[in-house]
Amino acid sequence: MGAGHRHALYVHEHSAVHGLPAHVKVVATFAFTVVVATTPATDVVAFVGLAAVLVVVTHLARVPFGFLLPRLAVVTPFLLAAALLPFVASGPRVEVFGIAVAVEGVRGGFGLAARAVLGAGASLLLVATTEVPDLLRGLERLRVPTLLTQIAAFMIRYLEVIAGEVGRQRTAMTARGYDPRWLWQLRPLAAGLGTLFIRSYERGERVHSAMRARGFTGHMPRTVVERDAVRADWLLALALPLTAVVVRVATSLTGVSEALR
Amino acid sequence: MHAPDGFLTAPTAITTGLMSAGAIGGAIRASRPELDDDRIPLAGVTAAFVFAAQMVNFPVAAGTTGHLLGGALAAVLLGPSLGLLVVAVVVLVQALAFADGGLTALGYNLLNMSVVTALGGWAVFRGSRRLLPATTAGVTVAAAVAAFASVLLSAMAFSLEWLFGASAAVPFDRVFVAMVGVHTLIGVGEALITAGVVAAVLAVRPDLVRGADGIGPTARRGRLSRPRFVVTGVVVALLVAVGVSQFAVDAPDGLERVAEDLAFAEQGAEHTLSDAIFSDYATDGVSSAPVSLAIAGTAGTLLTLAIGSGLFLLLRDRPRRVMR
Repeated sequence: MGAGHRHALYVHEHSAVHGLPAHVKVVATFAFTVVVATTPATDVVAFVGLAAVLVVVTHLARVPFGFLLPRLAVVTPFLLAAALLPFVASGPRVEVFGIAVAVEGVRGGFGLAARAVLGAGASLLLVATTEVPDLLRGLERLRVPTLLTQIAAFMIRYLEVIAGEVGRQRTAMTARGYDPRWLWQLRPLAAGLGTLFIRSYERGERVHSAMRARGFTGHMPRTVVERDAVRADWLLALALPLTAVVVRVATSLTGVSEALR
Repeated sequence: MHAPDGFLTAPTAITTGLMSAGAIGGAIRASRPELDDDRIPLAGVTAAFVFAAQMVNFPVAAGTTGHLLGGALAAVLLGPSLGLLVVAVVVLVQALAFADGGLTALGYNLLNMSVVTALGGWAVFRGSRRLLPATTAGVTVAAAVAAFASVLLSAMAFSLEWLFGASAAVPFDRVFVAMVGVHTLIGVGEALITAGVVAAVLAVRPDLVRGADGIGPTARRGRLSRPRFVVTGVVVALLVAVGVSQFAVDAPDGLERVAEDLAFAEQGAEHTLSDAIFSDYATDGVSSAPVSLAIAGTAGTLLTLAIGSGLFLLLRDRPRRVMR
């Protein structure tokens, strides 16, 4: 905690991407993931193009690839699911190294993996260039109910504290020889979580009374006046999804993917 | 369960998005009265608790671990609408600030992990409480049943979405049975953890358990009689089994389709896992498909119940309330 309260996925830089207003970036990222999610699995060239677009933006944002790539591991479970698809999908099969795999499964698996990686890449880029409080303010400007964003803000604020308590509990349990391996050994774990809930709730009550004592009436004061988005911001940010659309249209019009198949 | 971008088709993403937005909007309206007096910090810190609780891995069997979904737990502790909101915020933040789950997948991720688990879990919880005595043990068992059901409901919702918006050619039946099969085991873990947490909170601050209204600190801390516990569990599980099996018949992608696929897919090795679960999913020699499925489902449930309640009894006989 001595290193400051920065989100673990944020990269401190002063790039053009960092400087954009948060809500503009949220819209651009979302639009990009829509393009990614609707790209057909057969359009291999489009996926390569979309990845290239993302790489360029990452470079512009001065986010190190060595930072971004390991964090893509968050989609690993779905990569495993994608790897299973050739074996469980229905439809005609082809022999690859003596094992029959479903053609549709290979395509579907590739599409699933490609979309998962590109979608997660775009989201990671958003968090790497936007601090979480700005992100939440951005959501508010996009008309996400303030109740949700405020709960989220408090959640993020206390997450580290409560996760730290989980860690200390775990250490204490391990120090006393508790190392559960089977389902029926998890009673102490559950009891520990129960204690944690009571502690968290009581902490919440204390925070709440402390805040009321300081004049809280249900709305957080705006301490930072954020910059309004100007047309240049929108143009710069929307260049990401627009380029993605161009890549999509170009590959489907020229039929590069068809030729490769 | 944090599905990535493009896991389901666009129409499914939009439809589930609208459904989730509707449910969250309803929950916001329903919880306004209690949040109006500015209790937002409380909800926020509880959301942090759910987030942290999801990070605790629990063992399922040697070497395999699972983690809590927490929807049913949040609903039992905070009530359905606030519980739904809290878990929805967790899912939202996981997608936005941790890239866990796609942005365009938020519709179905929210639906499966917060709306279905909180509302479905709460419904099952209320139902089970009606059948169980109004004691702390009754509330604990009802929470366990609700948690188990919430995980299965979530898996079923996911499979149903796959039926409408599959992004790859895997038949619905296969996804359904695989999802529900795997999540039966995860559900047992979810049930045990949820019951343990609820029991621990009831022991110290029963006033914090919304689902335990009417059970104050003075309430009888009676244990549930074993026969009643068993009977309730069996009845609930059988209802679920018969319901689930009929659902399999109603699916347009019927069992015939699976048989076709299986006959076609004769290579064994890769299929052992999924096929073994399917092959016995109907009973031989019974001509009516619904009856046959109901029998198969019931038999399967009885077997699962035997294993599950064995675990439960084992657990119940351990020294109670470690934390006191």
